Amino acid sequence: MHISEGVLGGVVLAAGAGLSLAGVAVGLKKLDYGQMPKVAILAAAFFVASLVSVPIGPAKAHLVLNGLLGLLLGWGAFPALLVALALQAVLFQFGGLTTLGVNTFNMALPAVLCYLVLGGLTRNGGQRMPLLAGFLAGSLSVGGSALLVAATLYTAGQEFLTMAHLVVVAHLPVMVLEGVITAATVGFLRRVRPAMLGMA
Amino acid sequence: MHLETFAHGHSPLHRLDPRAKLAAAIGYSLLVALGHDWAMLWAALGVSLAAVLTARLRPWEVLKRLLAVNTFMAMLWVLLPWQVVEAPAWPGLGLALNTHGVELALVITLKGNALALALMALVATSPINQVFHALAHWRTPQKLLQIFFFFYRYLHVLHREYHRLDWGMRVRGFVPGSNWHTYRTYAHLLGMLLVRSYDRAERVYQAMLCRGFHGTYWVLDHFAWQRRDGIFCGLWAGVLLLLLLLGRAGL
Repeated sequence: MHISEGVLGGVVLAAGAGLSLAGVAVGLKKLDYGQMPKVAILAAAFFVASLVSVPIGPAKAHLVLNGLLGLLLGWGAFPALLVALALQAVLFQFGGLTTLGVNTFNMALPAVLCYLVLGGLTRNGGQRMPLLAGFLAGSLSVGGSALLVAATLYTAGQEFLTMAHLVVVAHLPVMVLEGVITAATVGFLRRVRPAMLGMA
Repeated sequence: MHLETFAHGHSPLHRLDPRAKLAAAIGYSLLVALGHDWAMLWAALGVSLAAVLTARLRPWEVLKRLLAVNTFMAMLWVLLPWQVVEAPAWPGLGLALNTHGVELALVITLKGNALALALMALVATSPINQVFHALAHWRTPQKLLQIFFFFYRYLHVLHREYHRLDWGMRVRGFVPGSNWHTYRTYAHLLGMLLVRSYDRAERVYQAMLCRGFHGTYWVLDHFAWQRRDGIFCGLWAGVLLLLLLLGRAGL
């Protein structure tokens, strides 16, 4: 879900950069040096995981996983996504330097919101609650990102309305897939390594 | 996973200081992304092409990258130039060509390609570690730089790790399909990858502490700003100024 260079106006680009900068600053402030390798290496794991294509009906989809990233890293999702997107821009020319802020914000904000609202539920509760929270985190963060991308595209002009609709509709099946995978991964982590979800 | 496709070469651009190239790329990106004059955008595409030729990048690789960039552009060309009309000229075909939409698609295609080419020629011609190093010189926060560095360092390790897990699954007869079993299996693969990454991060940090890590990441090789870097910056500033004037003249 990258917005390419040259689409957005200066005001939107500046706003995206400013908001992302604030998010990254909060993220860095909340992390101490001991957590740096953790954030970076988990971010790399997510990057690798996003290369996997999962069959969904007749098509294949790449996972976004920003919901799970938010659940595991919290505010660290901002620096983690900034780094991942910056490297994609430099190495593959996906996105670009001027859209880095907007793209980071669109991906990271829903992730952090999911962490703030649903993070507690994945830690506590009975058998079902954490899985439900995982499903919601996975699907809502992808859905939220799609909505943000659509809204950002729409700021570029009336002409982008169809495209904005298309972005949202195309992500509906992805939302279900992300929800299922995130819920199952939360279940796995609760059994195997509860500490990663912040459980004592 | 070999990512630094363009990093090694013997062109004049490869020899430049990464700081000079990164600054040039940032200034150029801002100017081109915000410009909307035709003459300026075509000129920018020419400048980017000249930069790629100067960098002597492998044409096939450049084309592959451009193809990826232009899949998004293709979507724009399909969606933007049309508008729904109330009274269609031909029955059943309620669409008309919207000239504004065509112009918009062309502007975005020009900008996107010019900037992708410029990034290949200016930034991708330095090894990534030198780009980090350049950022370190510009007082990027230490923590962010460390995330950058570790992210890139362990990307390759984790990619191998993923392939090992994937092979393990295939050897045991796993065939992906659209079913619960597949999704649960992928979730477990992902979970295992995350658990192993987490443990690896722990070990890496302990090893860093053993070696006396105290919050500073030291760089061992140092840049030396040379005359050619100054000349390049001067030339590039001239190019930017010309593009700016071209844009103003058109307005």
